[in-house]
Amino acid sequence: MITAGVDVGAKFAKVVILKDGQVLVRAKAPVGFDVLKSASDVFEAALKDAGLSRADVQRVVATGMGRNAIVHKPPINAEESVSEVVADAAGAHHAIPTVRTVIDVGAEEGRGIKVEGGKVKDFVINERCAAGAGTFVEAMARALEVKVEDMGPLSLKSTNTIPMNAQCCVFAESEVVSLIHSKVSKEDVAKAIHDAIAGRISSMVLRIGVEKDVVLIGGVALNPGFLPPLEKELHTTIIVPKFPEFVSALGAAVIAASPTR
Amino acid sequence: MAKLEVKEYPTEPLKCWEQAKNLRKNYYEDYLRAHEKGGLRWAGGAWAFSAIPAGLGEDVYCITGEPYGATVAFFKDFAAKCHDATEAAGFPRTLCAYMRNYWGSILLDKYILTDGAVVDGYPAPDFIWQDHICCSHGKWYQLVRWLEKQKGKEVPMYCVDVSVGYPTDSDIEEYKINYLVGQLNDGIEWLEKATGRKYNDHLLCEAVWNEIKATSLWAEICALNQAVPAPLDEKTMYSLYVMGTLMKHKPECVSFYQTLRDEVEDRVKRGIAAVPNERYRVITDTQPPWGFLKIFREMEKYGAVSVGSLYTFGLIGMWEYKPDGTWSPRSIPPSKPQTREEALRAVVEWTIHKPEWAHFYLPELKTKMMTDIVKQWKVDAVLLHYNRGCEGLSLHIAENRFGLIQTGVPVFPFEGNMGDERDFDFAGTLARLTAFFESMGLKKLKE
Repeated sequence: MITAGVDVGAKFAKVVILKDGQVLVRAKAPVGFDVLKSASDVFEAALKDAGLSRADVQRVVATGMGRNAIVHKPPINAEESVSEVVADAAGAHHAIPTVRTVIDVGAEEGRGIKVEGGKVKDFVINERCAAGAGTFVEAMARALEVKVEDMGPLSLKSTNTIPMNAQCCVFAESEVVSLIHSKVSKEDVAKAIHDAIAGRISSMVLRIGVEKDVVLIGGVALNPGFLPPLEKELHTTIIVPKFPEFVSALGAAVIAASPTR
Repeated sequence: MAKLEVKEYPTEPLKCWEQAKNLRKNYYEDYLRAHEKGGLRWAGGAWAFSAIPAGLGEDVYCITGEPYGATVAFFKDFAAKCHDATEAAGFPRTLCAYMRNYWGSILLDKYILTDGAVVDGYPAPDFIWQDHICCSHGKWYQLVRWLEKQKGKEVPMYCVDVSVGYPTDSDIEEYKINYLVGQLNDGIEWLEKATGRKYNDHLLCEAVWNEIKATSLWAEICALNQAVPAPLDEKTMYSLYVMGTLMKHKPECVSFYQTLRDEVEDRVKRGIAAVPNERYRVITDTQPPWGFLKIFREMEKYGAVSVGSLYTFGLIGMWEYKPDGTWSPRSIPPSKPQTREEALRAVVEWTIHKPEWAHFYLPELKTKMMTDIVKQWKVDAVLLHYNRGCEGLSLHIAENRFGLIQTGVPVFPFEGNMGDERDFDFAGTLARLTAFFESMGLKKLKE
């Protein structure tokens, strides 16, 4: 059976195509103003890579904040949509079957999910502010005048702990500017930023309880500067699966393969 | 979307709905026009001992603060103006949202009616009769006095200190009763002096008896919602319990709740559902975000119905644990009080058992009551409103969440504010609620 999961996120659309439980192809591209077109383009690209047509794919399940844009709408014509929480649980379980806690940090949201057998037992999502999400790193990278992909490696060069108190993405930017004016090194500021995100995410995840194995997914999982402070805050080791940013799309594809779940 | 076969129950509107609407409409208009009829106006909280001022005569009309604050909240444009007015006057937006709505209405010098019509000139009370149930209620009317004084009106105020705790066993310490009865006795003398009227003990006895009957009847009505399908949904119940918060001591309230009880009993017998596609039952907690009650309609798209809450059942309804362990409507005393002393003792002994007191004193008891509601009302999950607008009823709510989860009850917490829409993210809450329902295995049945 061939199925697909399409995760229409805040920054990127991701597609995973599965054949009998094995990943055939992954594809991703930025989401523009026209959400349907962005998702459709990356979906078509994924089909092309796999040498398939839409007719070859028995079921497509959409997830992500823009998921409703592609349900029953050509050319994707997703049959169903599921929330990111449900897709994350299914995807993380497929990638790491021993998972009990999923932490998903994407561009706009951070989520903690308690999982049992791929099903959600409890979950928590950050409220309102993006200070615990990937957008925060991007904004701070701008303030530090470094590339976003350099933020993680930069932070790993620091051994100092500089507290960042701001609980708001916008105010935190002001705090970063103050630190720069105080001649704090970019490395130390970068570490302070990652420590702050880890603090926010961990305090949220602790509300549902942390059980091993803990799996970190989402685009921010690709940032090497985020994992060490998060492990330190949660006092546990954390597994980052391969292609962590595709786990939600993978979960949608897994769900598509079991419509009677 | 896959079509799901879900049993459809018969449904029909409540026959007494118009009666409820008119009662509430008349209540606000009676307060507004009290002076035209030669009557008196008083203000105080919904939990104030409202039967006591009833002894001043049948032309004494009150306005209770929390329901008025909720009415303001429902009309979001007017609420926004009230918030602006209170903040411009220097009050922080972290204070009780009902209180800010109420103060804002006074500051704007405008009064809102139940249909949203805004009347110029806030009708100041002739006196304030309040009790200190929480930190906000302790200051609320002190500020009302001050605000009215700025407009040149001196409003006398009497407050009852009710900080005697919630009784944990069947024997209430006598000193607690005496402490409250003593304050009410003093209060009657104060009322006579403040209004120049002679107090009528017969009216007091009638009012106390009405209050006992009305609050027990509301509990009976809520108990009927244990039926499957639920004859009432919580969104509708909000419009019905409110009578108990406005006029629990009045014969109209007793009469309305008798009519409603009979109608709900009939709905149960005939299997009439509030939500025809009911397949998942939830309860909530604390006041809802009044400007966003449409969230309940969104739930219905999943076949989920809120059958009530400790808040909706117990804000006015009176309950007790029966010998078999069930949480049931409180049995009313064997006879009507005949003297002032009997009436005061009766109303104190009755009121002190209000389940919602547990919010303030005993979070573990509140968790137990919620857990028992889950069992008896056949509830699948609990939606907890982390209500930034009410410190009192949100107190310990995270402990309640923890306690419920420990007993295996799925819990969905969401942040919001009962009276200030700026603290409620409708789209975000709906997205999280969708995720919660999906995690419970529910699929959307209709758009």
